[in-house]
Amino acid sequence: MSRLIAGKVRGYCRRIKARSGRGVHSSRLKEDMMAKKMHDTPNLDELEKGPWPSFVSGLKDLAKEKDYMVDLLGQLEASYKTRKGYWKGGTVGVFGYGGGVIPRFTELKDENGQPVFKDAAEFHTLRVMPPPGMHYDTGTLRQFCDLWEKHGSGLIAFHGQSGDIMFQGATTENVQKAFDEINEMGFDLGGAGPAVRTSMSCVGAARCEQSCYDEARAHRTVINTFLDDIHRPSLPYKFKFKFSGCPNDCMNSIQRSDMSVIGTWRDNIRTDDTLGKKWFVKHGMNELVNDVVARCPTKALQIKEIKNVRKDAHISAVALDDAQALEIDNKDCVRCMHCVNVMTGALAPGKDKGVTILIGGKSHLKIGGLLGTVIIPFMKLESDEDFEKLTDFAQRTIDFFAENALEHERTGEMIERIGLATFLEAMEIDVDPAMVNSPRMNPYVRTDGWDDEVAKIKAKKQAA
Amino acid sequence: MNAPAQMRRPKETGVPDNKKYLHPTLAKNYGNWRYHDRPRPGVLHHVAHGGDEVWSVRAGTQRQMDVYTIRKLCDIADQFAEGRVRFTIRSNIEFIVADEKKVAPLIAALEEAGFPVGGTGNSVTMIAHTQGWLHCDIPGTDASGVVKALMDELYDEFKREEMPNRVHLSTSCCEINCGGQADLAIIVQHTKPPVINHELVANVCERPTVVARCPVAAIRPAMVNGKPSLEIDESKCMCCGACYPPCPPMQINDPEYSKLAIWVGGKNSNARGKPTFMKMVASGLPNNAPRWPEVAEVVKRILMVYKEDGRPWERMADWIDRIGWPRFFEKTGLPFTKYLIDDWTGSRANLNASTHIRF
Ligand code: HEM
Ligand code: SF4
Ligand code: SF4
Ligand code: SF4
Ligand code: SF4
Repeated sequence: MSRLIAGKVRGYCRRIKARSGRGVHSSRLKEDMMAKKMHDTPNLDELEKGPWPSFVSGLKDLAKEKDYMVDLLGQLEASYKTRKGYWKGGTVGVFGYGGGVIPRFTELKDENGQPVFKDAAEFHTLRVMPPPGMHYDTGTLRQFCDLWEKHGSGLIAFHGQSGDIMFQGATTENVQKAFDEINEMGFDLGGAGPAVRTSMSCVGAARCEQSCYDEARAHRTVINTFLDDIHRPSLPYKFKFKFSGCPNDCMNSIQRSDMSVIGTWRDNIRTDDTLGKKWFVKHGMNELVNDVVARCPTKALQIKEIKNVRKDAHISAVALDDAQALEIDNKDCVRCMHCVNVMTGALAPGKDKGVTILIGGKSHLKIGGLLGTVIIPFMKLESDEDFEKLTDFAQRTIDFFAENALEHERTGEMIERIGLATFLEAMEIDVDPAMVNSPRMNPYVRTDGWDDEVAKIKAKKQAA
Repeated sequence: MNAPAQMRRPKETGVPDNKKYLHPTLAKNYGNWRYHDRPRPGVLHHVAHGGDEVWSVRAGTQRQMDVYTIRKLCDIADQFAEGRVRFTIRSNIEFIVADEKKVAPLIAALEEAGFPVGGTGNSVTMIAHTQGWLHCDIPGTDASGVVKALMDELYDEFKREEMPNRVHLSTSCCEINCGGQADLAIIVQHTKPPVINHELVANVCERPTVVARCPVAAIRPAMVNGKPSLEIDESKCMCCGACYPPCPPMQINDPEYSKLAIWVGGKNSNARGKPTFMKMVASGLPNNAPRWPEVAEVVKRILMVYKEDGRPWERMADWIDRIGWPRFFEKTGLPFTKYLIDDWTGSRANLNASTHIRF
């Protein structure tokens, strides 16, 4: 504990006390640091029971020193009683930026129009962009704590669903002070409103054997190109990027982002016989058949005698023992990751890695949920030029979105309205059957340009 | 007070580099990992091509954390994990150690401090959640409270790996669904149209914007008591609440009529089948703060049937694909009502156009 400065010891001890109910610690702060009396919170008290860590206990610990939090608990308890929310928005920001702060003013007023819980009448949030993969050192986290204890409520959420570190609860006056300190540490505000939003990338290359590109580099390269569109909201609506290192899509990017960048590979699944045999000894034939072979969505897997494994270039095989192998027909494999997940190490993504890009994922509002659609089936993402191509593509997509989407229309809705083919044409991307589940199922299309299109495709093939 | 001349200009630094935050062994083996396994629930063991090994110990947090809790987690990281931590997308915290001998004492320290170790592999991991009454301006219910109440109930499943495959849950305090897609989601479902405060509409709302926001074109401008306001065609309105954020006088939240619905079968990954959206399977549950027992009962019922019946590696969606929806409703005892038949755009694709029926 010696490495902690006095203030931190105090915080630590107060926590212990709060948890264990032990007596007042000798390093207890002076009386004048004590906050005002707590409101009764019978509903919230219920959420201090049970084994899962309680945010209510945390709020109460903060309320021991802050009138601010005493009143926040008061308002939250009121919501629990009436089952109504009591915050409204407004305009609060930091100098130089048009977004990134979520303003909250209380609407719980008495008969004279005065806030019932006046010390928590303003409770704004700062959205701060996390480092890729959400890694931190404790020095940084402690600095966050110190500055937020000073300027804010002392409540920080790691993280919001878009990925932001959410510093929850500051007065209008303190928002700028807190931001200045956060910004001096090398952190910057995220997006809100009709803007490019904060992004997330998976742990990927830092610790995951499935990683197919440098997610952190892609995340930073792309997002840091759009800082103006993050900090000064002026798009038709929000635009979200997410970066997942492989088709497991740990960032849920297909469902949640306007542009989803997902790692994949073009060559054969790599194999490691030592790990294959080790897996087979541990799991046996039943698991291999039921959990691996039978679950391949495209029937690309077969169990073979080693001597019968096909020799074609698109076949890979991992030994199970000295006689048998699992054979993969990589032409049939859709890179779903299932067998690679189950037999990690024995099977691994290939070496010719890159990314698939999907566009248009979003949640319900307004036309219903949309999953992203494949727009770029494969591109390499290794050299500086590759990364430039990625940002260029992102830039052109956002430009097109900015010019063509209706107000409050997401990219996916825009594409739904104008048709994928129109979007591709505008973006100068060649159509590809990998973009569809199946060709059209109705005749309602005018095809008098057919011969021209065929001629164009032929000419391109010849030129290549 | 704050004269513009003295204002500090922001440094538009954007997303910070993560290299200096990486555990040294992660930094050294960046992009060079070979495989992993899970020696016990809550622990991942990764092996690099060069032979380096790390153990990541995962623990649950309340997400909404006070500074004392964060400092306590920092103390643990300083003691065991080279002063480094990372967070998962579901607000779990991970401590990484390069020495296997540190794993057991690290787990002990975390549990001693009140943080459950688990959430890996085929466990029920932490619920992705939203803002709720604590901080949103449109919530029908709370977020962190619902999650706390449910995680208390699912505590053992977080600490074990006994489900067929991983289980991701989410909660959302309005139909916008910030919580996102999940194997099982709990989402507010309003059942009555907004109640309009006509006094305020003209001053507070941009009427054309609000009219444009409605997915079913149920809103039109109207004069009410001599004031410009809006009116709702209640026979069209499906109570989604989309008009409420741009126009707070159109109050959609109601202590009684804002209910909770349960959705299942959202699958994020491409593993086996393609990603899927979740489907509504129950609604009408009361918004019963502070512990939402009716919701917890249904959630646990679905999860326990899935646990019993699912085969290894079947996500919720895969399991339902195999057993079929009739059996899902039969096994869970949930009523299949007419409201669960989709009638939104594209809904024909959700109807059974075959004789494929399991009897
Ligand atoms: C009106 C007030 C709203 C508030 C206070 C609000 C609040 C939030 C917050 C705090 C987050 C997490 C953000 C972060 O990580 O930094 C979030 C995420 C999200 N919001 Fe909202 N939101 C609002 C409106 C909307 C609307 C209108 C939509 C949909 C059209 C929406 C859809 C989403 C979605 C889908 C996410 C998840 C994003 C992701 O998974 O990346 N929200 N919201
Ligand atoms: S998305 Fe793939 S590479 Fe990224 S963490 Fe998940 S499994 Fe690993
Ligand atoms: S990764 Fe390829 S071979 Fe493996 S299960 Fe998926 S589709 Fe089949
Ligand atoms: S789900 Fe709805 S109510 Fe909850 S935080 Fe998101 S926008 Fe607000
Ligand atoms: S609640 Fe939804 S459907 Fe009803 S009027 Fe508002 S936007 Fe339209």
